[in-house]
Amino acid sequence: MSRAGAVLRWAALVVAAALFLLPFYLLIRNGLATREEITSPQWTFLPAELHWENVSALFAGTEVPFARSLLNSAVVAVLQTAGELLLCSAAGYGLARIPYRHSGKALGVVVATLLVPTSVTFVPSFVLVSSLGWLSDLRGLVVPGLFSALNTVLFRQFFLDFPGELEDAGRIDGLGRWGVFRRIVLPNSTGFLAAIAAITFIGSWNSFLWPLVIAQDSSSWTVQVALSGLLTAQNPQLNLLFAAAAISILPIVLLFVGLQRYLVRGVTETGVNG
Amino acid sequence: MSTRPRRDARDFWLFVGPLLLGLIVFSYVPIGWSLYLSFFDARNTVTPEVFVGVGNYTAMLTNEAFLSSLVTFSAFAVAIVPLTYVAALALALAVDRVKFAKAFFRSVFFLPFACSYVVAALIWKTSLFSGVNYGLVNSVLGAFGIDPVAWTGTADPPLYWIVLITARLWLQLGFYMLLFIAALQRIPDRLYEAAWLDGAKPGWQVFRYITLPQLRGTSVAVLLLLLINAFQAFDEFYNILGDARGYPPYGRPPLVYLYYTALGSGGQDLGRGSAGAVILSVLIAVVTLVQGKVLGFGKGRDR
Repeated sequence: MSRAGAVLRWAALVVAAALFLLPFYLLIRNGLATREEITSPQWTFLPAELHWENVSALFAGTEVPFARSLLNSAVVAVLQTAGELLLCSAAGYGLARIPYRHSGKALGVVVATLLVPTSVTFVPSFVLVSSLGWLSDLRGLVVPGLFSALNTVLFRQFFLDFPGELEDAGRIDGLGRWGVFRRIVLPNSTGFLAAIAAITFIGSWNSFLWPLVIAQDSSSWTVQVALSGLLTAQNPQLNLLFAAAAISILPIVLLFVGLQRYLVRGVTETGVNG
Repeated sequence: MSTRPRRDARDFWLFVGPLLLGLIVFSYVPIGWSLYLSFFDARNTVTPEVFVGVGNYTAMLTNEAFLSSLVTFSAFAVAIVPLTYVAALALALAVDRVKFAKAFFRSVFFLPFACSYVVAALIWKTSLFSGVNYGLVNSVLGAFGIDPVAWTGTADPPLYWIVLITARLWLQLGFYMLLFIAALQRIPDRLYEAAWLDGAKPGWQVFRYITLPQLRGTSVAVLLLLLINAFQAFDEFYNILGDARGYPPYGRPPLVYLYYTALGSGGQDLGRGSAGAVILSVLIAVVTLVQGKVLGFGKGRDR
């Protein structure tokens, strides 16, 4: 590769990176500006001073239960991630390791659901959840999303490659199947667990269609539904809207920075198989 | 010895049972119920009594709004799938080769993955492509003396596509770039060495005869994922085009149409909504199965 080509490529990457960071810049600039500064026809690169009171106004505001929606999102994402990891890892292990006559059929039942993405069937799922009486309820937000066929299939793949000697050692020590799984298999799979957890948490925190359908009452709104409500309202208060959006992506950006290694692994594991 | 199979069966249900039960209740039951509802007049009720046969299906398949939502999806897919594919592959090749600040570039391009579609919709709609004179793009145009453009409000020419496509491109590019980077790193060096010994010119020839064929599995997986994700488009459309006055008559992908049919403020028509959901499910299952026939399921790995 010639030197000129390398320089050119580097320059192109710098331009692309700047464009990619632009939306984040807008988010922060508008979130810390006044309404007048945002709507001024004269473009300013940064507000004259940083208006942190936008943030406090959000938490004091009574129109949209913003603090409550953040809490709801956190509870839903944590419960969904923990529940999904437990259910799907156990099922994946069972499908990979337990010699049972109907194991193949059970795997078929799981894989068949991969054909139809859950978002396409939100209408019947809404019908089911509303007849369970779970509308505007944490259960309706968390439970239907716990049973991930994709994660189960990925865990099964992963456990098929798990070294059997470790499990044999556990059995010699007198552990039962559940004991082997909990004390030997899971502690030796932390990297993979973290990868699936990171992807699941982000997916749950950022999901919108399902919470929009289920959380009809503002006390059960997740942060995405609250933001959407602010955005599609008449004449939104732009500075507060942007402050809210910036706060909403903060936990995920922190998670992103802290767990990027696992996240990248999660993407490559789930993406190529997805 | 005879207790072993029994213990295996018990253990199997202990490990796999809870997930299977959940899948049956929350995947199979809704789809079955949906099939049932789709043959009834189910307006504002989930326990319908009036059987209408395939009436809901013929109504949906002759419904202009539903059909136009499929056309909207097709237009969207024709633009977003090849664009994302080419851009993600180009970025992956560039980032994979760069010597300096490689980790930085990879992180920057992947960072939008942390951003929700709702937040991106908000930035695109009210700041970047805002139709008023203080939107960023309009400010830049204004500096050249061009009047503000109503990006999301202009259907002829369909300027709203620029907003929707750039938003999704920004959101998903990094994800697919990572898939390609992982695949590039799996290509054995000896192939490149062999190509060099055979006198292949570095650059286009090596890319055309070594890199691209080696990426075949990932390419097919990426194209399928892009297509299925485009088919499920909802979040950014709903938030960019919809507002307090409702949703405009253009730029309506299937799920947005379904949402307004089944759960909109104009009354819940669950019969037609269910019929629509069944039609869409069949369409997407067919696409997935065709891909599975071509490639084998879950074998998007490059071997």
